[in-house]
Amino acid sequence: MIWNEEFETLPREALEALQLKRLQNLLERVYANVPFYRHAFDKKGIKPEDIKSLKDLHKLPFTYKQDMRDNYPYGLFAVPREQVVRIHASSGTTGKPTVVGYTRRDVATWAELMARTFTAAGVKKGDVLQNAYGYGLFTGGLGAHYGAELIGASVIPISGGNSAKQVMILKDFGTTAISCTPSYALNLYEVALEEGINLKDLPVRVGVFGAEPWTNAMRKEIEEKWGIDAIDIYGLSEVMGPGVSFECVEAKNGMHINEDHFIAEIIDPETEEPLEYGQVGELVFTTITKEAIPLIRYRTRDITRLIKEPCKCGRTFVRMEKVTGRSDDMLIIRGVNVFPSQIESILVERKGVQPHYQLVVDRVGNLDTLEVQVEVGEDLFSDEIKVLQNIEKSIEKDIKDIIGVSAKVKLVEPKTIQRSEGKAKRVIDKRVLK
Amino acid sequence: MKILQISVFIENQSGRLYEVTNLLGENNINIRALSLADTSDFGILRLIVNDPQKAHTLLKENGFTVGRTEVIAVEVPDKPGGLASVLKVLNENNINVEYMYAFVEMSGDCAVMIFRFDETDKALEVLSKNNIVTIEGAKIYGI
Ligand SMILES: [Zn+2]
Repeated sequence: MIWNEEFETLPREALEALQLKRLQNLLERVYANVPFYRHAFDKKGIKPEDIKSLKDLHKLPFTYKQDMRDNYPYGLFAVPREQVVRIHASSGTTGKPTVVGYTRRDVATWAELMARTFTAAGVKKGDVLQNAYGYGLFTGGLGAHYGAELIGASVIPISGGNSAKQVMILKDFGTTAISCTPSYALNLYEVALEEGINLKDLPVRVGVFGAEPWTNAMRKEIEEKWGIDAIDIYGLSEVMGPGVSFECVEAKNGMHINEDHFIAEIIDPETEEPLEYGQVGELVFTTITKEAIPLIRYRTRDITRLIKEPCKCGRTFVRMEKVTGRSDDMLIIRGVNVFPSQIESILVERKGVQPHYQLVVDRVGNLDTLEVQVEVGEDLFSDEIKVLQNIEKSIEKDIKDIIGVSAKVKLVEPKTIQRSEGKAKRVIDKRVLK
Repeated sequence: MKILQISVFIENQSGRLYEVTNLLGENNINIRALSLADTSDFGILRLIVNDPQKAHTLLKENGFTVGRTEVIAVEVPDKPGGLASVLKVLNENNINVEYMYAFVEMSGDCAVMIFRFDETDKALEVLSKNNIVTIEGAKIYGI
């Protein structure tokens, strides 16, 4: 099933013509309205009218997450704040979030993109969708919500967490479609089993999973345990939120990028040169229809490759493979973006704590776990247990409050954290993702 | 009389306790009393030794996180209710005991308990007013 036949199956030539037209319009808008971009273009000696074909795209400057932080909160908005009807934010490395705004039209576009996503997964009018993505500043919950409503599904805005209640509603409300993180889907299966419910026996038919990397092995496991089609989706709040790209249930092989709204490039993260289709590199997006906070060549830091071969579903949009890594040190833990530097700044701000730490990420019974090991130096040490336990608890609280992820802090002896060439190894990720 | 206690941070892994005690032994440091407090993650080893300064330096040089704390060694009558009588005095004077542990050897007819208070000076004052004997460092290190 295709939600928007006209655009989703546009012949490549027409699609590229549309992209160019929208790109040129975007460049005019940002050059006129966003001082940051005007300055960046001027610095490169480039004017909007210099972009005469899509091949000229590489002449444009990149935009980095740091630029969003430097212009916190509204500095990159291309419309007066009064025209912004929604504001979301994602966690940042310094405690300041990355802020994104949406005009009324942006919200409508986003709903359309999520309607395409759900439709491609096989969700349709009449389905009961249990939306277990988090609602709030995080884009997952509301993004999925509007798209599912648009196609006419009955949406249950349960948000994340409270697994026992999730299971009750799955059973009692006749849920036919679920959206959440893939690891949470596996967790719900376990919780349901404990309650004596086998999800396979319920009417749920399809799951739309994203917000964290997962593997095809996990897909198989979820599909077998739940008795559903498990579909992968991709998005990031800076670019739009969920709905940037999505798998079709026909192929389940790569996520179609909504190319009438986003131009995708793959670049070499070191040389910053564009790469050919099929080559592995960093994914870069230019948002060609967004009004409130359009981005030019935004560096996602996600490593993947683009598949240009036609897909059996009939869509002409290129597909991106599952993200296989990051070109920076970001970790995704239970759907939350975590940078080791965020943990470090929390530790450094605490008097007496040497920033000799290590993050151990694991997946225990389907849920990601984060352990923060901190070496105990003399400044921190006490002969009283409760003093040390309070230090552990208060660091855990800071991490939860500032980064939004639950962590376990473990005090360890000095020099027990592995060091290679004098530099401590900051992250041990034991999750096996293939 | 205040005496010096050495405390050592120990991750709960088997063998570390041995390493600490062995290191002290090889360097002719005698452990007079010892207590290990632990959680599921880590432990704190508290020691009274015959040469606290030397023990402190030695452990530190060997990469341990070491602390020094002033504690009080109290003579407790070696009879039923002996400890209770001491705790009663402390309780009546609002002296908070952080932790305590027993000394292996006797001081004459009395048992010896090591006390860690949050207000050490005030505790000493109360104990002395109530004629409870505290033992001085030089003596305790050598018992
Ligand atoms: Zn397809």
